[in-house]
Amino acid sequence: MTAPGVARPPAARLPLVPRPFRVLATRPETADTTTLTIEPADGIPLSFAAGQFTMLGTFGGAEAPISVTSSPVARPLQQTIRDMGGVTHDLTTVAPGDVLTVRGPFGTGWNITDGAGGDLVFVAGGIGLAPLRSALLEALANRAAYRRVVLLYGARTPGEQVFRDDLARWAQGDGGIELDVTVDRADRGWTGPVGLVTNLIPRARFDPANALALVCGPEVMMRFVAAALIDAGVPAGRIRISLERNMKCGIGLCGHCQLRELFICTDGPVLPYNRVADLMTVREL
Amino acid sequence: MKMRSIAEYLSCHPFFADLDAAAVGELAGCAVNEHIRAGEYLFREGRPAEHFYIVTRGRIALELFSPATGPHVLDSAGEGEILDWPWLIPPHRWFFDGRAVEPTSVVSLDAACLRGKCEADPRLGYELAMRAAQTMSERLQATRARLLDMYATP
Repeated sequence: MTAPGVARPPAARLPLVPRPFRVLATRPETADTTTLTIEPADGIPLSFAAGQFTMLGTFGGAEAPISVTSSPVARPLQQTIRDMGGVTHDLTTVAPGDVLTVRGPFGTGWNITDGAGGDLVFVAGGIGLAPLRSALLEALANRAAYRRVVLLYGARTPGEQVFRDDLARWAQGDGGIELDVTVDRADRGWTGPVGLVTNLIPRARFDPANALALVCGPEVMMRFVAAALIDAGVPAGRIRISLERNMKCGIGLCGHCQLRELFICTDGPVLPYNRVADLMTVREL
Repeated sequence: MKMRSIAEYLSCHPFFADLDAAAVGELAGCAVNEHIRAGEYLFREGRPAEHFYIVTRGRIALELFSPATGPHVLDSAGEGEILDWPWLIPPHRWFFDGRAVEPTSVVSLDAACLRGKCEADPRLGYELAMRAAQTMSERLQATRARLLDMYATP
């Protein structure tokens, strides 16, 4: 089943067979987050939709679901990983030349073309900017199809922002992105807003009735952001969020990522907010 | 911004939206423009809250100084945002420092003048109190959410 409003991209051809990918470069984003640039060892590019994820692993090790960070319309492939435990620690400590395993891509994408002719509003929290960056780059590659492209980004501290090179460019108006960034905690070196990312929504310039809003971050943040977007006039069905659960098989068989009737690995990770709003406040789901 | 344009500014500001023009004109009579340089303080912790500010340009950081760890920026108000509610609620005292992080302009409404108009016109007073309560509620919810330190874990 695919949630209404979010079309499913083509499935991986052999979804349970890992492909070898070679690490071309590693770039530390923050103290615990690293972006890997990887290329397929067999030379066949990985086609994906912005918002999809792969199961990324080390040979002989386990896998973790990792969103694709790079543009779906450009090479090379980039994935951003936060060191949260054994598997992700192994993935964030690889070196150029190492070979990783990749399965996928899996799941639903952001489908930003549904917002063509209107405004795109991206709201990201913390490392949630990673899967949104892929859609942002897709939008920039076809910038004329959209009116305003707004990025509202909240981070814990200035030093914990990811993709700071991109943010610096976008802050200068590169690509026609209207960027506003806030942090939860700051010292005097930070001259921007301090506060919750929801504070940025009322002052952002976009047409709520003709906007497609894409939200990614911690679930509590996404609930607050969705409420603020609805207060601003964005229809709930025009808000998409990316959910994270314990993906394992990636093809809706094992049930690890089940959210009541949904398998997040196949029905998600990108879902319309009005499809999952009630589920997000049910405990034990 | 001259007297007339302060009234125009206030009438377009969400905090004063839908108040009748005469009331806004009365409130504008309590207001002047202020400009401060980056690094200067608009108000200081513990001092009487003698003004209600609306930031028209720049940014004011709300800071708390700790002798052990220095200044902490707890919140901020940028263009169009208001500072704060001590003008309305006793003990009418600032609980934080307000420091300009860049050249900043504010509309500064005299607190005693505002309170006098609220007492003289209870309907206006109720309206302003409700709007201040709305702002306080929004800030409280945002502050509670930040207490989660939600970006520390996915």
